[in-house]
Amino acid sequence: MAEADDFSKVKGGELLKTPLHAQHVALGARMVPFAGYDMPVQYPAGIIKEHTATRTSAGLFDVSHMGQAVLKADDGSHETVAKALEGLIPADVIGLEHGRQRYSQLLNADGGILDDLMVTRPASADGEGTLLLVVNAACKEADYAHIAANLPAGVSLEVLNDKALIAIQGPKAADVTAEHVPGAADMAFMDARSGTFDGIEVHLSRSGYTGEDGYEISVSAQDAEKIWNTLAGDERVMPVGLGARDTLRLEAGLCLYGHDIDETTSPVEAGLLWSIGKRRREEGGFPGADRIQREIAEGPSRRRVGIKPSGRAPAREGTVVADTGGSEIGTVTSGGFGPTVGGPVAMGYVGAGYAKPATPLQLMLRGRAEPAEVVKLPFVPPGFHRG
Amino acid sequence: MLRFTKDHEWVKVDGDEATVGITDYAQSQLGDVVYVELPDVGRSVKAGGEAAVVESVKAASEVYAPLTGEVSAVNDALADSPSAVNDDPEGSGWFMKIKLADKSELDGLMDEDAYKAFVDEQ
Repeated sequence: MAEADDFSKVKGGELLKTPLHAQHVALGARMVPFAGYDMPVQYPAGIIKEHTATRTSAGLFDVSHMGQAVLKADDGSHETVAKALEGLIPADVIGLEHGRQRYSQLLNADGGILDDLMVTRPASADGEGTLLLVVNAACKEADYAHIAANLPAGVSLEVLNDKALIAIQGPKAADVTAEHVPGAADMAFMDARSGTFDGIEVHLSRSGYTGEDGYEISVSAQDAEKIWNTLAGDERVMPVGLGARDTLRLEAGLCLYGHDIDETTSPVEAGLLWSIGKRRREEGGFPGADRIQREIAEGPSRRRVGIKPSGRAPAREGTVVADTGGSEIGTVTSGGFGPTVGGPVAMGYVGAGYAKPATPLQLMLRGRAEPAEVVKLPFVPPGFHRG
Repeated sequence: MLRFTKDHEWVKVDGDEATVGITDYAQSQLGDVVYVELPDVGRSVKAGGEAAVVESVKAASEVYAPLTGEVSAVNDALADSPSAVNDDPEGSGWFMKIKLADKSELDGLMDEDAYKAFVDEQ
């Protein structure tokens, strides 16, 4: 038997540790290198149980490897800092309200995606003129350099290296969190605010990467362990590793950077047009606006779609997608087994003429053509709390 | 007689037929098994050649034929319950039976003690 694991072991090289590394080891996690960090891929319960716990109760995730940073305008003006960021991303940042979070993408000059990120405008007046950014671990150093190199005078980037990030996700996440964070239950999806967790200062947003209701809790590295242990000790909550994080986000139809989106894919091709505000679509003013506005007007040549194999065999990343005549029309960018779906699920890019739901496809698996069809994403209905 | 390969397959020989599966160590390394692809009955397989595919949530892995011969039976029950590979890897989670072409190939496989020592080194 030969393994072809995504999380293959790398010999040599120092791996970074999150502030919660010792907790993962104590819980018996299988640790693997991921984006330069030694991270839990699964705990003893296993990926399927961790996935199911998140869909039916609550899952706890250490996402401290992700990059947290603050963009700050010297003049304390939201418009100043928002305009600076709008030069790099296509989201409407100026129109972002106090205490609200928004998903967007850092774009290159061709409209390709350098990274995807979350942008938050602080709720409190003393945070005016700042924006909180959360970026992907594998991209963070490049993102920081890119952002810093493209800021106007009077706006600066401060990287928060001393913060942990803990996510709690699932239908019981709100009940659990509200027992420790006053006011957490009053937040709606994509709300963000400062607060206290059993008296510890935190910043939390009601968002995540699973398709479920839940929170991401930013806390100082030194206090992370207390919050983790409190939540992990709750019988409604199960610690969840990167393995189930991937199956959860795949079923939720969410992109994984470096797989479903990269420097060659545009937000329009990737089905992320919803994240580009109306004003920005019309005005442009972000990198690659020519391509993106053209794709909005004329339609892109390819589109990211959900793909449901008809049989039981999972179709992995890189699987060739063909039409019913056998001509190659695309590629799977993420694929595997969806525990909630109870079968294989995938997403990938196909020629624009093949992107309609129910379009029949073939997947080339180990030299055979297996039937599949285009399906609407997500594979499972979202559990977000719209407030 | 139980024998083991360095690729973490087990072989149980009965006369000139060998039942083949993956070891408990292998299933624990794979994690939750969600799909098994088995060869057609009657197919010729060569020792060390690809014979089946086992897929966990995370990845697909090849399963090699431990011995040369002809596939005489496959475990069709794994189509509906691939988790048998996790729950009972050396029992109901078996993969295939091979009618052996050359029983002397068995000499190249490990016995239980040797395999245990081999796994401890992993």
